[in-house]
Amino acid sequence: MTQAEHTDTAAWSYHVDPAYYRELAAIAGEWSDAWPVADAELLAETQALLHREARLLDEARFNEWLELYTPTCLYWVPITPGGGDPEREVSHAFDDRRRLTDRVYWLRTGVAFCQIPQSRTRRLITNVEVIDEPAENRRRVRSNFHIQEFRAGQHKSYVGWYGHVLVREQQGWRIQLKQVNLIDSEHGHENLTLVF
Amino acid sequence: MSAFATNGSRRRWEDLVRVDRVHRSLYVDEEIFAAEMRLVFGHTWIYLAHESQLSEPNGFLTGHLGRRPILVTRDGEGRLHALFNRCTHRAATVCREESGRARSFQCPYHGWTFRNTGELVGVPWPDGYGPDFRREDFGLGRVPRVESYRGFVFGTLDEAAPSLTEHLGAARPLLDYWIDRAPDGDVRVRSAAHRMVYRGNWKLAYDNAGDGYHPAFSHRSLLKMAARLGETRDMAYFGRSPDQGPMYVQYLGNGHTFIDQRPNYAAAGDFWRNQRVQPGREGLERLIRDRHGADADRLLDLAVGSQINLNIFPNLLIIGNQVQVIEPLAVDRTQLTWHATAIGGVPDEVNVLRMRTQEDFPAFGEPDDQANFEEAQRGLSVPEMEWVLMNRGHGVPDRQKVDADGVVTGPVTDELHMRGYFQEWLRLMRLEDP
Repeated sequence: MTQAEHTDTAAWSYHVDPAYYRELAAIAGEWSDAWPVADAELLAETQALLHREARLLDEARFNEWLELYTPTCLYWVPITPGGGDPEREVSHAFDDRRRLTDRVYWLRTGVAFCQIPQSRTRRLITNVEVIDEPAENRRRVRSNFHIQEFRAGQHKSYVGWYGHVLVREQQGWRIQLKQVNLIDSEHGHENLTLVF
Repeated sequence: MSAFATNGSRRRWEDLVRVDRVHRSLYVDEEIFAAEMRLVFGHTWIYLAHESQLSEPNGFLTGHLGRRPILVTRDGEGRLHALFNRCTHRAATVCREESGRARSFQCPYHGWTFRNTGELVGVPWPDGYGPDFRREDFGLGRVPRVESYRGFVFGTLDEAAPSLTEHLGAARPLLDYWIDRAPDGDVRVRSAAHRMVYRGNWKLAYDNAGDGYHPAFSHRSLLKMAARLGETRDMAYFGRSPDQGPMYVQYLGNGHTFIDQRPNYAAAGDFWRNQRVQPGREGLERLIRDRHGADADRLLDLAVGSQINLNIFPNLLIIGNQVQVIEPLAVDRTQLTWHATAIGGVPDEVNVLRMRTQEDFPAFGEPDDQANFEEAQRGLSVPEMEWVLMNRGHGVPDRQKVDADGVVTGPVTDELHMRGYFQEWLRLMRLEDP
């Protein structure tokens, strides 16, 4: 294998190393900090991205959704409230780019019986706050969500908050981290196979 | 009392569990469920906790024994107790936390206070009770027998049950194999847990845990996903004429069942090489190989599951690296908790990989099984279709062998595990028969 092939993070995962975990811990530890009030334009631009992500998920356009994420992204749904320590604890999802690609592929295999019929979802995203950090080339966003799911005759609702880290790439802002914090993450769940 | 036990005597239970099939009522009848909670969960050893979850003096955990709320404690001297989480005064639970440390528990309703050994130590305004009120009569109800086997804590309400070691029987050396994969047997059950609830009977999970027939079908999505990058890897062998391969299923006696996938592997490093890819796999493997050289294959294998399903009747499933606990919630509702485990005596990176390898089956494998359990529960609602078959391999010449200890072995897709454990179920359910 050549080094170039190894840089395709949909196929290889060399980068999720101890330094990656340390960086994640630093970010996850700062979600409760006080942030200055964002100006209206920054807020509107950030909300537009969250709304676009919500619409792609609710319309099950998972391939397009995947394109919102960076090559070294993490889609993280911790079990321990607040995040816990992913080096010592399991998560509902701890998806690097390859695992996230797997997840989308899995949903589209046509034989994931837990998604036949497929979940129908609509999500409301509110209480959006954003901090712009140009020196880091990033924006951090936190928001509340309420997802209503209908599948196989059952209505279920999921409530919690998102933490997004956005980074600016040539094509615009993309998602580096999405941390999904369910209020009941460590409790019993039925068929937890929707994408948050 | 179950309608079947009172009306029809012992022949009725036998009518429901035949040699090659069981009656649908075992999965849908609320009276049978209530009898199971009393007889199956009341008269055999039930897994309660792992000692690493209460390693400190005065640690506690809450849980259930069948449907009974219980409190498992370690007292100041290090002894384990299992107590009913039920105030002896007016029945409220005395502890409402999942876990923690406490020397005593004060009932939030009227303030009765119990030591973590169960003794009643205080009653507010005791002058209100007559001279015949004796505190020693009102300690928390106890699970009379609590024993630990190498960290696995079990309890039974049946004073006459055989010893825990005797009950584990042929499952014991297999549990030893699983524990001894960890250096010094140092298994740690405090790495968070996937708690999965499904709308189906608890036995659907137990049936499935010893079922080598379903993976090639129920897990097609996982197998396809794993093949996205070219190789299917783990579990693909279930799809390739599994009965002609080296895997086998066993009925171990006392309700315990077993699937062995280890014969698919030969050399050190094979578990690791065959593992589905996980986040960080390549980076951490490189790090471990650089630092540990010739020992790296052994270490990497420890990041991967044990390649056994060891099912200890009625509520403990040791599968991969997880400790799964079956908790019946109602006749048609069950919680299956997958406790992730870490181990001592290995570099941190091995446990990091171990976390990632314990996430993919709960995400991409088990949900498809549970969807099938739920659809089975839906199918079981048809009264005209009375039977659930467990006849695969039954009556086929030369397909099974029985060893001197009574352990039954057959090709991995056989349903001999169900035929076996339902005999133990039957034994327990008959305990109230005249």
